[in-house]
Amino acid sequence: MTIDVTPMETPTRPHPNIVSLPQPDRPASLPLERPAAKAEIKDLRFYYGGYEALKGINLTLHDKRVTAFIGPSGCGKSTLLRILNRIYQLYPNQRATGQVLVDGQDILDPKQDLNLLRARIGMVFQKPTPFPMSIYDNIAFGIRLYERLGPRQLDERVEEALRRAALWDEVKDKLRESGLSLSGGQQQRLCIARAVAVKPEILLLDEPASALDPISTQRIEELISELKSDYCIAIVTHNMQQAARSSDYTAFMYLGQLVEFDSTENIFTHPKERQTEDYITGRFG
Amino acid sequence: MDSLLYGRRRATNFIVLSLSFAATAAGLLVLFLILWSLLRNGVPALGADLFTQNTPPPGSRGGLLNAIYGSLVMTVAATLIGTPVGILCGTFLAEFSRSSRLAMAVRFINDILLSAPSIVIGLFVYVVMVVPMGHFSAWAGSVALAIIVVPVVVRTSENMLSLVPASLREAAFALGTPQWKVVTMVVYRAALQGMLTGVLLAVARIAGETAPLLFTALNNQFWSTDMNNSMANLPVVIFQFALSPYADWQQLAWGGALLITLSILSLNIVARLLASWSSFGK
Repeated sequence: MTIDVTPMETPTRPHPNIVSLPQPDRPASLPLERPAAKAEIKDLRFYYGGYEALKGINLTLHDKRVTAFIGPSGCGKSTLLRILNRIYQLYPNQRATGQVLVDGQDILDPKQDLNLLRARIGMVFQKPTPFPMSIYDNIAFGIRLYERLGPRQLDERVEEALRRAALWDEVKDKLRESGLSLSGGQQQRLCIARAVAVKPEILLLDEPASALDPISTQRIEELISELKSDYCIAIVTHNMQQAARSSDYTAFMYLGQLVEFDSTENIFTHPKERQTEDYITGRFG
Repeated sequence: MDSLLYGRRRATNFIVLSLSFAATAAGLLVLFLILWSLLRNGVPALGADLFTQNTPPPGSRGGLLNAIYGSLVMTVAATLIGTPVGILCGTFLAEFSRSSRLAMAVRFINDILLSAPSIVIGLFVYVVMVVPMGHFSAWAGSVALAIIVVPVVVRTSENMLSLVPASLREAAFALGTPQWKVVTMVVYRAALQGMLTGVLLAVARIAGETAPLLFTALNNQFWSTDMNNSMANLPVVIFQFALSPYADWQQLAWGGALLITLSILSLNIVARLLASWSSFGK
């Protein structure tokens, strides 16, 4: 689709939602200008039965960057995420057309092995979904699927994943307890650790903090900014501040279309589209 | 406010509430009377003899050892035969083929099997097993009981698996887990307690069945561990002894009835505890 670029007057007094971004602490080793493209989405359409939920999306996800998807409920942002690991295929009557090139390979190809694809593209869901097994096994489960490790190495990998998810100190003495015994925020970090443990290339986060309290949310956001040095991260969020704080790029979607896609800084300070501005300033949505 | 209308509503409320209480009391009373008569008549029969002696000829000392053993063995065998079939079928319905035509047909047939009269199942096994083999056998009894177990386990395991939230399956698939591992390592674990409850309820259901055994295992006055031979079992012994004119046989029948009731009661209690002790959903 084409985006009509109409120059807009820079607002003299910024709306409170147009936040100042924590740009200065961006590591110097990660210049924003030339990140590598990790996934290219081309003319992506998605259908629930006969209903067209995505109407031709074109977008690039960059490696070692966080891309946030914002937009009102039902705009298709979660749908888009669910295409990237083809989890939608668990359900009949859902289909996607177009191309999603990950490192140049079309993952929508029917010949694509879904299990291998999902091992490469991790996903964390809105509600924490710990498996009904011990904390240790929750992490080890995914590692054991594709790697044969000795007990020593496995222990190390589990610890590494839990440390990355900032959960190690809280659970190191109760690794054999059920994952369900943890609090909601801890469970969600456990799920992030589980996704990170298998060393995916892309991490998809579908409103990972929407069911959590502010403190847990903050920990998850800190975690995202740490993880982005290694992964290509796509996050769906309803929380505008969260998008502004934790992402490098922001895509605003509305009614199955990509309205605007730009660096987060530009989206939140000089949105090109009227709709984007209305949405981020809370005038609709 | 219309006080007449309000008064009428209060009266209706009172009447309906009283009727409900009366109905509950009537139901509980019957249950209590059954338990009471069982205890009154059965407790005197309880004693060391009941568990150490075989069924006696009328007029001599004896117990129910062979019948207790037979019931246990056939119930266990039927559970071992019926449970895997039931769980696999329930898994097929819940995990692999939720809304296909085949699944709907299987579900429909399973519902019919669930309510099939047990005497019909007994006659069926009589025709397909007892007649070709030429004699009654404990195996035939076990198969007849297993046929009762299967639909109960199919139903409960399908229901319990369907209760496992889709998000848990998605989370497992999202790691690149193949479907058989999603089912066996994640979904089964989440549904374990519920499925176990279903199996226990199925066991409780068959523990007291008489009709399917009359035509299959029949009965045996003597101690026998031969699965290819007719075998004593509590329900048929109760049936035979209770109808007899001998007081000591009737006494044993009461004892057996009490024994079955208590074991079914405890199975149900265990099943309840397991169900309330569920692991998923929080």
